[in-house]
Amino acid sequence: MVAELLRRTWAMTWKDVTVELRARERINAMLFFAALVLFIFNFALGPDRETLREVAPGLLWLAFLFTGMLGLGRSFQAERENECFEELLLTPGDRESIFFGKLAGNILFMVTAEALILPLFGILYNLDIWGLLPSLALVAFLGTVGFSAIGTLLAAMTAHLRAREVMLPLLLFPLTVPVILGSVRATEAILAGGGLSEVSHWLKLLGGFDVIFLVVCPLAFEFVLEE
Amino acid sequence: MGRGSLATRVLGGTAGLLLAAGLYLGLVVVPPDAVQGDVQRIMYVHVPSIVTAYIAFFVVFCTSILYLWKRDLRFDAVAVSSAEIGVVFTGITLATGMIWGKPTWGVWWTWDARLTLTAILFTIYVGYLMLRAFAEEPLAGARYGAVLAILGFLDIPLNHLAVYWWRTLHQPSSILRPGGPSVASDMLLPLAMNFAGLVLLSTYFLVERVRLERLRHRTAEVRLTRGRRG
Repeated sequence: MVAELLRRTWAMTWKDVTVELRARERINAMLFFAALVLFIFNFALGPDRETLREVAPGLLWLAFLFTGMLGLGRSFQAERENECFEELLLTPGDRESIFFGKLAGNILFMVTAEALILPLFGILYNLDIWGLLPSLALVAFLGTVGFSAIGTLLAAMTAHLRAREVMLPLLLFPLTVPVILGSVRATEAILAGGGLSEVSHWLKLLGGFDVIFLVVCPLAFEFVLEE
Repeated sequence: MGRGSLATRVLGGTAGLLLAAGLYLGLVVVPPDAVQGDVQRIMYVHVPSIVTAYIAFFVVFCTSILYLWKRDLRFDAVAVSSAEIGVVFTGITLATGMIWGKPTWGVWWTWDARLTLTAILFTIYVGYLMLRAFAEEPLAGARYGAVLAILGFLDIPLNHLAVYWWRTLHQPSSILRPGGPSVASDMLLPLAMNFAGLVLLSTYFLVERVRLERLRHRTAEVRLTRGRRG
């Protein structure tokens, strides 16, 4: 049962990754956008290093989240544009495997973008983040999972709406406030030199958020995909 | 079906009378607050509004679950109507809170825990209403709306935790707290009357709004059958 779910999930993820590797329409846009965001922040805030250091955790997460949102929006719109939605629904087995497959793909793309943003961020803003990478990666991963879980569900929904590009962020950001707050605060403490133990309450909140929505979103997904 | 039933009109009338009496008591009869002065009187609108809004959002949550379970559009009509009511009262809460905050705290807005939470709640349910408005197909809109309402409601405790860890400045609750209310007893009466008045008023709005929604469904049906014949 579980093996079957994993196999189908893997098939779905593999399909999305293969499409992406061939067409490269999502990840290229995400990476370029991420670099642009870091670039624009610099113009918006000026070159003062002290100011930048203070707002760094927020900037980092804005770059992560905006880039992530860009990728999430594509995950179901592409299916719709290519008229593949019906075929997606015809796949045998539980709808949950579609959800988890899409989710895994979305997390993968977002993590890839983050892996580029993080070093670029350290270089462009002169922050010494290299020793902190493992703890930052943990926070980034926990935040990304929660954000993508709700995001994948909402992307499936908004793909069928008018004004779909606008609706995804409008629904996604209010619902993910706990993730945003938790990730930014934890990142702030880590950049200030605090260890993981100092941010354990935020990590627990992020973990709790992830668990709750990893259970609820696949259940809700069944109702979203119904035709 | 052109007008509401007698019972609904009585309900609306009672709500109006209660609110008028509660406001008269609160704004005219009861003496001003010892510390805050007349500004405090805004509480008679502010506090009942937010409680009413929370009740409305709870109704949205319950009827959304019922809709997904039973697939009866009447539940969906209640959900969407109740969401509108909740958004209106959350808006009133935010507005009255700002008007109170300026003379009391010296600022219109501050990112205190409770203000932030109310603002988040407002954005979630405004998003819900936009989702309903942008749905291409009514049945899909009903399903999406129900899913979003359930997510939004589950999100509230997490938001609560996150925002409280982040910051706290709002004065603590003065009625629902261990050791009994700290509000003077002559202030409690208008507060209770306004609360009852707003709950009745919301029920009245809800009944009328649901009736409107059902008329809308019927119009759509009639149009459809006429189209088929013609």
